[in-house]
Parts: sequence; structure tokens; C-alpha cells
Amino acid sequence: MATVTTPAKPGVKSGSKVQSGGGNGNKRNGRGPGGDGPGGPNGRTPQDAYKLGMWLAVGGITMLFAALTSAYVVRYGEAQQDRTWGTFGLPHILWLSTGLLLASSITFEFARRALKADNTKSFSQWLLLTTALGLGFLASQLAAWQQLVTEKVFVNSNPYSSFFYMLTGTHGIHLICGILGLLYVAVRRKRYTANRRTAVEVTAIYWHFMDGLWIYLFLLLSFWR
Amino acid sequence: MSETHAVHHHEPPSGFIRKYIFSIDHKVIGIQYWCLALAAVIFGMLLSVLMRLRLAWPAAHWSLLETIFPNGFDTAGMKPEFYLSLLTMHGTIMVFFVLTTAPMGGFGNYFLPIQIGADDMAFPTLNMLSFWTTLVGFIVMVAAFFVGGPIGGWTGYAPLSSAGVATGPGQGLGVDLWVTSIAIFCIGSLLGALNFITTTLNMRTRGMSLMRMPLTCWSWFTTAILALLSFPVLLGAGLLLLLDRNAGTSFFTPSIWVTGNLQPHEGGSPILWQHLFWFFGHPEVYIAILPGMGLTSQVLSTFARKPVFGYRAMAYAILAIGLLGFFVWGHHMFISGMNPMTGLVFSLITLTIGVPSAIKTFNWLGTLWGGKIRFQMPMLFALGFVSLFVSGGLGGIFLGQTSIDLFLHDTYFVVGHFHLIMGVAAIFGMFAGTYYWFPKMFGKMMNEGLGKIHFILTFIGVYCIFLPMHLLGMAGQPRRYAEFTQFPYLQHLLSLNVFISIAAIVTVTAQLIFFVNLIYSLMRGPKAVENPWESTTLEWTIPSPPPFDNFGGHMPVVHHGPYEYSVPGAPTDFTMQTDPEIAPAT
Repeated sequence: MATVTTPAKPGVKSGSKVQSGGGNGNKRNGRGPGGDGPGGPNGRTPQDAYKLGMWLAVGGITMLFAALTSAYVVRYGEAQQDRTWGTFGLPHILWLSTGLLLASSITFEFARRALKADNTKSFSQWLLLTTALGLGFLASQLAAWQQLVTEKVFVNSNPYSSFFYMLTGTHGIHLICGILGLLYVAVRRKRYTANRRTAVEVTAIYWHFMDGLWIYLFLLLSFWR
Repeated sequence: MSETHAVHHHEPPSGFIRKYIFSIDHKVIGIQYWCLALAAVIFGMLLSVLMRLRLAWPAAHWSLLETIFPNGFDTAGMKPEFYLSLLTMHGTIMVFFVLTTAPMGGFGNYFLPIQIGADDMAFPTLNMLSFWTTLVGFIVMVAAFFVGGPIGGWTGYAPLSSAGVATGPGQGLGVDLWVTSIAIFCIGSLLGALNFITTTLNMRTRGMSLMRMPLTCWSWFTTAILALLSFPVLLGAGLLLLLDRNAGTSFFTPSIWVTGNLQPHEGGSPILWQHLFWFFGHPEVYIAILPGMGLTSQVLSTFARKPVFGYRAMAYAILAIGLLGFFVWGHHMFISGMNPMTGLVFSLITLTIGVPSAIKTFNWLGTLWGGKIRFQMPMLFALGFVSLFVSGGLGGIFLGQTSIDLFLHDTYFVVGHFHLIMGVAAIFGMFAGTYYWFPKMFGKMMNEGLGKIHFILTFIGVYCIFLPMHLLGMAGQPRRYAEFTQFPYLQHLLSLNVFISIAAIVTVTAQLIFFVNLIYSLMRGPKAVENPWESTTLEWTIPSPPPFDNFGGHMPVVHHGPYEYSVPGAPTDFTMQTDPEIAPAT
């Protein structure tokens, strides 16, 4: 390689040519002009971006609960030696919580599929029912906490209670974000159609994840003790 | 029909607030992050100077400091607790608000979209939120210092951090604010990470396959994955710590007497904190270094007028370092009493990371070999990066072996090692990035002469500061101690500590040259052309500074790999990625 070059000076022009997408005017990457096909230069669409983003968020939240689970397992192991774990019976209202959240996932699925079939009236109804069930879940969680407080089981009573409050509380905070998402979609429900439903799809991913996460936590708290 | 106009507006923003304060333009946000990191590094450097003053001259009185921090001093000089709070804040601010902020949030935000041919990040509003979240985190962190800073080191080990107010000055509100700041920072980083990953996967322009991406993009992409998977663990640990401190739980806190008083905790595991923290902490240090590695590849290639040697291997090595980085956290805990077999496994995997690291180092040398090297400012700092990465990395080979680490853990050997890698190599990466991309970002050239002086003084200075620390460590000088005058076995090394302090003061002062260059060039620098370095990647095809939508509404089409320099038969010694006329070499 015996290429001779001159050292770069501020006045030197760029060496080789630059080409932009021919005849595309104001085209935006991946955005396409209105009425076009599947989208961008590599076939990817904004909907793909939002869905990917939400799956990544699910991945991040999973890591959070993985860390909390490993803390649970380690702490449980440590507590076995002197039997200080402190198990208590989980409030029965948690079964209601589980039922409400599962139902809300089912109703959300009905909502999502209704919207996909452009059945906007059905979509609205199922969506509002989902939101109500989600709020019901939150209420039942608070009732469970209330019950434990009356039984004098507090966050610092024993390791099991600490994890119970911390895990349900952390899940609850994330669920409240999910409720906010549901409310956002509910308030704007009139504008969604079969071709314009990314917000609903993405909220569905999150909501189902919250449901799955609750089942997991419920199983952990019920059986690993 | 696809959803079209949902994401960005097509018109440029108007009004000062939308343009410069609450902007969703990745370029503005990139500069905001970069400025935040600049403020943080100034604060962090000042803290380190105060630390070095204490170490070299423990009994001295500093009237200005005693006025600002009356609680930090008494008749004997700077209090040891104040020294500990200085080092805690120094470490925390540097690791989070400089090393995790500038390379990714600063340069990554600005240049990832442009280098892949996109007009912005995938989620511009989320991008803006990430910055403001991070800024709030910084403000809370600075507040933590001024209410009486935490004294547990940036690693915040339990039970010192978890047992509460009784453990020392600054251990009350200071620690709570510190943990809160870190939690806020975690959230900001997580939001940013998902933006980076989605942008890289979804928004590459036509012809920009993954294997045609500049190595900077590979490094930002991998770093974002590391951040997505490791920051939540820190967030979880922080949550448990806050509960231990404020809700009386015992996740990390065992039964413990502090100054004669039994604390209201029992059964917790301090080792649990270490595991959670270091599961985050090790990927964190790769988050700090990988972007610098990507940039070094780019700069070495540009200024040697040669393609990166072994581009594919370089890309895979970045991924390998990222992946392996998740399996070595135990090497920070060799002395914790873990099962020696566990230590062996961690040790073996740690040493294995040396393989992709070595591949990168040799490939950098291969990139330089036979090149027609232009010793301009970005190149000097990239060469400095290679040198410092090797020096610091070699120390890691010692520390990665359990038997040696038993002796060197918590000594100055470790301090020298991680400063060479993080505190200098990564910083050199940021300097290289600044000198390289300043013309593009601001449309002006930085002063070459001042840059060269800055480089020489800094390069010599950092070696003077951090190489001797390896000697101190081998002699058994412990870290996080406010002075060493009381140890007979360290008497002969006290003068070396003074030397280090003087070198530190000189080196920090030399950074003024950089700041002067920065400000002067911003105001009066000569105008920069589109491609002053004759570089091949996409950012050099657009004006300096770029228009608000990067490519002026046009979608660039990529025909070449990122580093086609000195292609035989080509009319010039560099072929832009977008050049349609020359046949692609890859």
C-alpha cells in the first residue's frame, strides 16, 4: 500500500462522493411517506421500535426481580441456621388479587384482539373493564397489607415479612405504572383503529408481564418458605 | 397502512426552551450529557486534589477549605471522616456521572443515530427524559455531599452503609441521598439503554448492515445491553439498602453493636450486598471502557489511514468482553471468605477476559503497523488510550489471581489498576472523542498546539500519579486510609505519596489548558469543514454542525464498510461509506 497522501488540512474537501437515497425528498428513515408499505429501508417500522423498546423494558424489570429473588434465596438460606425466617400464612385475599389480575389479562386480550379486528366498540368496553380489574387488584393488595398490619406483621417483623412487603410493593409500583398506561390508552381510546394500535399493543406486553410477574412472586412467596 | 407521523416532528423546534433546554434532538441532548459530565469531572477532580492534600500533608491546615467545610476539620487538620467522604463522593461521581455519562450519553447520543444514518434516536422524548432524570440524580448526589457526605466508599458496603446514623458522620441523610441519587441514575441509564438498543437494531439506514457499523456503534450497543442487564440489579440492591436503613429490615445488616449500642437488626448478610453490588459493578466498569475502545479503533484507523485490523474480530471481542463481564464479579470478593473453588472459577473466567482484550490490543497495533500516521490531537489521545489500557490491564492479570489478590486487595495496587483503566484510559477516550468530534459538533476546530501540550502534560502526569501506586500496593499500603504516617513499614514510602500528590496537582492544573482550548475554540476557533480529518463514517458527510434532522431529510445509502482507507486503486486514501462509485471492498 504505497498510497501517498497529504496530511489533512481544514480546507481539504471530502475525498469521495456522498450519495443520498435518490428521489426521496423529505423521506424520513423508517418512516416512509403516508400510504406506503411496511416501512423503512430495512423493512422495520416504528411499531417494531416501540414493541422492541417495551420488550427491552420487560427485560430490565426482569433483571430487577431476578436480583430481588436472589436476595430472597440467599437470605432464606442464611435464616435456616437459626430458624429466624418467620413464615406466616399469606392473607387469603391474595387469591382474589391473583384472580383479578388474571382476569384483567384475559379481558385485555379480548380488547386487543377486538381492536385488531377493528371492532372499536368492543375494544373500548373490554379496555375499561381491564382498567377496573387492574384497580381492583391494587385495592386487594392494599387490603392484604392492611390485614397484615392488624395482625402486627410489619415490614421489619421478620425476613419473610420484609420480602413480602418489598416484593409486593415493588410489583405494585410497577403495576401502578401499568395502570397509568391503561388510563392513557383508555382516555385516548377513540383514536385507535386496527391500523393505529401500537400504544395498545405495547401496553398489552407490559400488562401481561405484570400479570406473569405477580404469578411468579405469589408462587415464590407461597412455596419457598 | 403503517403508522407514519407518530415519532418526530418534521419542522425544527422553535423557541429557546424547546431548542436548548427541553430538546428532544439527540444532538442537543448529547451536548447536555457531555456538559453534565464536564461539570461532574471538575467536581470529581477537585475532590481528588483535596484527597491528595490530606495524604501528602495530613496535619496541614487549609484555611479556604476550613471556611467552606468547618465540620471537616479540627485542630489536627482534615478529619479522617471528611477524607472518607471525599473519596466516597469522588468515586461515585466519577464512575457514574463521568464514566457512565459522557461516553454513552454524550458521544453515543450525539453520534449513534448519525453514524447509522438515522435522523434521531428511536425514542426522542424518552431520550430527553433520560437526561433530565440523570441531571436530577446529579443534583441529589451533590446535595448528599453538602449535608455531610457518606463515608463508605463508592461501593457502600454493608453494614457500614446499612446500619444507619450511628455508624458515623454523614451516615444519616447523606447516605440516604446518596442511595436515592444512585437509584435515580439507574432509572435514567435504563431508559437510555433501551433507546440505544432499539435505535441500533431498528433504525440503520439502507446498506448499513451490522457488520458495516463503525466500531463505536458496536461499543455503544454492547454497553447499552450491559447497562440494561446490570443497572436493575443495583437498583434492587439500593432499594433493599434504603429499607434496611429506614424501615428496620435486615436484608444486609447482621446483629451489630455500633459504639456500644446494639442496633435493631439481625440476621442480614453483608456478603449479599457485595454480590448484588458487584454483579452490577463489574459490568459497570466495562460500560465505562467499551465506548473508549470503539472510539480508539475508529481514531487509530482514521489517523493511520488504514482499515481496522480484523474488524470482525474487534466487533466480536466487544461482545465477548461484554458477555464475560457478567461472570467475573466475584473477583472483587476474593477475600470475602468464599469457597476457594468459587474463587478459582471466578479467577479463571477473569483471566479469560484477557483474551478478547488482547485481541483488541494486538489489532490496534495491527491497525497502526505500516500506516501513514498523522499525529494530530485525537490520534495522540487514542494512542494514549492503548498505552494506558495495556498498563492498567496488566495489573488486572495480577489481581485476577486469588493467591495474589489476597495480598493486594484493598491496597494501592488496586487503586493504581482501576485508575489507569477507568480514571485515565477511559478519560483519554473521552478526550480523543472530544478532539475528534468537536469540529463536527460545534463547527470549529480546536487549537492543535494547545492540544498537544495538554496531551503531553496529562500523559506524563497520569503515569507519575498512578504507576507508583502499584509499588505502594505491593508494599502493603492500604486504600481508604487518611494517612500513613503512623505505620513504621510505610515510612520509607511517605515521600512517594508526596510525589504522587504533587503530580496530581500538576496534572489537574494542566487540564486548564484543555478548558481554555475548549472555550476559546468555541468562541473563536477557525471554522471547520465537513470532514477535517478525512474520515469515512457517516457523520463526516453532513455539515459541521449538522442540521436539526442530520441528513437534511434525505436517507443516506451505505455502500461500504466503515474503515476503507487506502483502498488500492481508489482515487483518494479514504472512501466514504456512502460513496456509490467505488466498488465496495467489503
